[in-house]
Amino acid sequence: MSAAKSTGVYLCSGCGIGEAVTMGELEKVVTKEFKKPVKSHACLCGDEGLAVIKADIEAGTVNQVVVGACSPRTMTDRFRFPATQVLRSNLREQVAWSHPAGDEDTRMMAEDNLRMSLTEAAKSTLPEPKIDGEYSSVVMVVGGGTAGLTAAHEAAQAGHEVLLVERAAKLGGNAANWSKRMPHRPPYRAIQGNDIDTLIATVTADSRVKVKTGCTVAKTSGMPGKFAVEFSDGSGATVGAIVVATGWRPYDPTKLGHLGYGVSPDVVTNVQMEGMLSGGKVARKSDGKAPGVVAFVQCAGSRDPDHLPYCSSVCCGVSIKQALQLREADPKVMTYIIYEELRTPGVAEEFYRAAQEAGVIFMKGKVKSVDKALTVVVDDALLQQEVPLAGVDLVVLATGMVPNSTNIDAPTPELDEEKLRVLHNDVNPLSPIKVAGYAGEAPAPLPAPPDTLPEGAPILNLQYRQGPHLPMLADGFADSHYICFPYETRRTGIYTCGPVRRPMDMGETAEDATGAVMKAIQAIRNAGQGVALHPRAGDLSYPMINLNQCTKCRRCTVECPFGAIDENEASYPQVNETRCRRCGTCMGACPVRTISFANYSVDMLGSMIKAVNIPDEFDEKPRILILACENDAYPALDMAGISRQQYSAFVRIIPVRCLGSVSLLLISDALSVGFDGVMLMGCKPGDDYQCHFVKGSGISRERLSKVGETLKSMQLESARVTQVEASIADSARLPKLIDAFVAELDGFGPNPFKGF
Amino acid sequence: MTDQKPRSQTILVVGGGISGVTTALEAAEAGYEVVILEKAPTLGGRVAQLNRYFPKLCHPTCGLEINFQRIRKNPRVKVFTMATVAGVKGGRGDYTVTVKTTPRHVRPNCTACGDCAKACETRVPNPFDYNMGETTAAYLPHEMAFPMRYVVAPQVIGTPDADKIKASCKYDAIDLDEKEATFELGVGAIVWATGWQPYDANRISPYRYAHIKDVINNVEMERLASHNGPTHGRILRPSDGKEPKKVALIQCAGSRDYNHLAYCSRICCLASMKHAAYVREQYADATVDIYYIDIRAHDKLEAFYRKLKVDPQVTFIKSKPAEIKIGPDGGPVVCGENTLTRELYQTPYDLVVLATGMQPASAVDRPAMEVGMDDYGFVVPALDDDGVFAAGVASGPIDVSMSVQSATAAALKAIQAVSGAAR
Repeated sequence: MSAAKSTGVYLCSGCGIGEAVTMGELEKVVTKEFKKPVKSHACLCGDEGLAVIKADIEAGTVNQVVVGACSPRTMTDRFRFPATQVLRSNLREQVAWSHPAGDEDTRMMAEDNLRMSLTEAAKSTLPEPKIDGEYSSVVMVVGGGTAGLTAAHEAAQAGHEVLLVERAAKLGGNAANWSKRMPHRPPYRAIQGNDIDTLIATVTADSRVKVKTGCTVAKTSGMPGKFAVEFSDGSGATVGAIVVATGWRPYDPTKLGHLGYGVSPDVVTNVQMEGMLSGGKVARKSDGKAPGVVAFVQCAGSRDPDHLPYCSSVCCGVSIKQALQLREADPKVMTYIIYEELRTPGVAEEFYRAAQEAGVIFMKGKVKSVDKALTVVVDDALLQQEVPLAGVDLVVLATGMVPNSTNIDAPTPELDEEKLRVLHNDVNPLSPIKVAGYAGEAPAPLPAPPDTLPEGAPILNLQYRQGPHLPMLADGFADSHYICFPYETRRTGIYTCGPVRRPMDMGETAEDATGAVMKAIQAIRNAGQGVALHPRAGDLSYPMINLNQCTKCRRCTVECPFGAIDENEASYPQVNETRCRRCGTCMGACPVRTISFANYSVDMLGSMIKAVNIPDEFDEKPRILILACENDAYPALDMAGISRQQYSAFVRIIPVRCLGSVSLLLISDALSVGFDGVMLMGCKPGDDYQCHFVKGSGISRERLSKVGETLKSMQLESARVTQVEASIADSARLPKLIDAFVAELDGFGPNPFKGF
Repeated sequence: MTDQKPRSQTILVVGGGISGVTTALEAAEAGYEVVILEKAPTLGGRVAQLNRYFPKLCHPTCGLEINFQRIRKNPRVKVFTMATVAGVKGGRGDYTVTVKTTPRHVRPNCTACGDCAKACETRVPNPFDYNMGETTAAYLPHEMAFPMRYVVAPQVIGTPDADKIKASCKYDAIDLDEKEATFELGVGAIVWATGWQPYDANRISPYRYAHIKDVINNVEMERLASHNGPTHGRILRPSDGKEPKKVALIQCAGSRDYNHLAYCSRICCLASMKHAAYVREQYADATVDIYYIDIRAHDKLEAFYRKLKVDPQVTFIKSKPAEIKIGPDGGPVVCGENTLTRELYQTPYDLVVLATGMQPASAVDRPAMEVGMDDYGFVVPALDDDGVFAAGVASGPIDVSMSVQSATAAALKAIQAVSGAAR
């Protein structure tokens, strides 16, 4: 900020604040202790109240505003003034609504909240965006099948230039071999034509789309707005964002010998069947004859812990389509679909019904074996016995989809130990899904699949500190496992779509590709303005590193959940701002406080902690510091206030961007100034994390496990510092946890550092 | 292709549930002006009423909070609550939309202090809890309501309590005389994100939903399990408040049935498995029976099914129950034939949850404009449609994650329409 900072403080006495505390006493804190001008109003968020603030801003006497009123989660639009930094001191939800009116402890809490906010104001400035040089608006799409072609088309339609890269010599991907498609439009009964050729023609005719076939990505470095890409043909490009649409490959049928593959030439996969259908001739390999009886074996390799543990989603529909095609061509052909669970979710139910009406026979059971004579042995669910099905001419194995999260045709790269560790961390072969918290005996755990790392070359070969791969979730599918934010990615500006993300059909894939392009375009437009993306959308701050103090410990580069920080040739950390999501995990990691944001730093948080008045040990007024995740725990505490739940007024609450941003130095600061305990409140860590920054709360827990030593050296009980898992739905639980912690600390007696 | 800029570059999103909010934010964060119209007094739609999501069992309000923060910080998003579309004129790039608002009786200067609720004595059924509980007639829809503003229920208008409510407000935010109103908006593209409603269980008469108190539907189960629901998160029988130890979950209650909803609602199998997890978490000795036709745990969600299947106290029974009888104690007795064993059963339960399907809201309240729809009432704009798109469950029976995908895609289509891109 160029102009000198001049801070104005505005207090609201409305909504019960004026009854809970005496405004005059609060004002004194501002004028006497901080020597700042203060104005109080009975309804600061009303037009009159806002006019008071606006008048000062317009008169030029104030360019930084501290509002002591309701939670920062409310009235955000009203307390927004151009070119003015606004800081909010929560006197309503977390003071007046959670603590008894007129009480001394309530007053002390309000005063401390104000002291903390004024200190925050002193230690922070309005962030200015970092914009540096040229930004590319080109969308690179990797993969030229249904997903990639759709992505290319949609991005071009939105006015962006596109670079479409396809590994094969021709565009079209798997869909190029398809005869027809499952229905995606009403009335959802009739098979649709395969329009992939039309899509290829549209894309290749579009002057905004540049197509590279027979080409793969050799290397990707840089960041959103400035990705530098090198290709296998030696050429290079600068692109703004990347859509990964590398699709899927069929599950290797040679692993399905028990289902007759490789035993009889007349056992084929659904992909091979599709090839025959599009070739116009369905015939047995053994004798060239058209089959009269065809058996479709569902879940051939899917939903099977020995093969693919997941449901491949499309196979039921595909078998129905192929059976219908066979019967349409020759109504005398008998078609059996042998299934365990028939999965035609949503409107696809109508397609299932159409097949039933058309005489396709559905058998519920599990196929145990298929032999050379094509005897299909079915463990029939209805008869509850094994039924040999003889007289079958052709067996079609409905094999599933394997995500192309790597380029399986290229060699697996050698990775150093550290990158392998990161990869182990980011590639999770186990399902991230746990059925939480049974009160009784937990169900037996599933056997863990072998912890294998992906074979094949990384798709983008990212030149990131965190390794070359895109992070993968269960079973090798790419991010994300957030339900509300399925496009969230741990590599900003890179979005996956289609079956590389989860098994899906062509209709869904097209929609998914369109969504991924939306995110790519958004990444490009925000990168060029220095604006952060989800979840801190709109944030202009970014991490600044004071290299003079940096000890090259590399903790920041290792712990960044988004791979935003590289190491330069001199081994110093180098921030790629547009990859950064502003969680502050790097700041929490740094042991020497060299990383800070314009409006968020260890110094700022530490000073806020020190701004709290600590009563001496004889006052019997303990002080407990709560560092609460601003996304979940802090709102839950607000909601406790909204439902007027009461909890100890001995706590002092500071919202943090993520527990990952909490430096251990803050905890020793708090204890050394006389806080009796520290409570960190953050989201669920682990495989099925709920942390919006992926692993911030997990990192915090890990760091905290080492705080015991520090406490020991200070001769303090380790239980004085704790981290609790808090969800946003904990508005009733957190007050109880707080009170229990205060009671527990009471047993230890006061912190002996008080008064030093 | 045309280089001409459309008259309006604003995107209208009809519906403020997870899909509408997502469409609006994705477009706004790429630089576009967006208006959200929401029929209810608060954004969040059905997901705000859910306890947790499958398969992670995380809280929907967690993502809503992030989304609400995104809206608060983004001046390009305008929100109108208690507002619906009354009519649409014009075409792509240049629509004139007539918006109808119903009275909230609370002005925007409400601070949510809560004095009106304290002053109000009248209690009305709480729509947030599907009327299972009551609330004061001046109420905050829920603790995370967005906007954070009270509502005065129409039932209380004209009664002495209304005057008490008005008198209690220090900020003169109560407007008892507010009437229905209309205004016009000029927009360039329209996204229908009107979502769904639970299929009316009363129409499945053999299940005696209206006659047996301990037969509830799946959305009511969500409220029973929610910390801010009528039982503060404890799953208790509606009849006597006792802990249910034997629970039946009945799939396809109204779905996959030409007499009701012809399609599969997709989410119910997984939602019921989630309900089994709720019950098992709360009561170690409880048993849960899931009656099903096919378990449709598609794609990676199979893992959730797998984990429930190994629980010895959760039993999957392949059967579509024929009816639910009233037992001697007034409780539900589920009757039918096990499709696999061919055995007839008559099993009494403490609590029966009907996995009712999702009916598109657009099937009941038809969109006030010409737009392509399928026979079920989902909005399926014609391929060459001008500037109208569908997102989320308005477009088909899909889960939350797929709805967000669909909504993100709809945002791009809307952007193309308002930026004058070729069709």
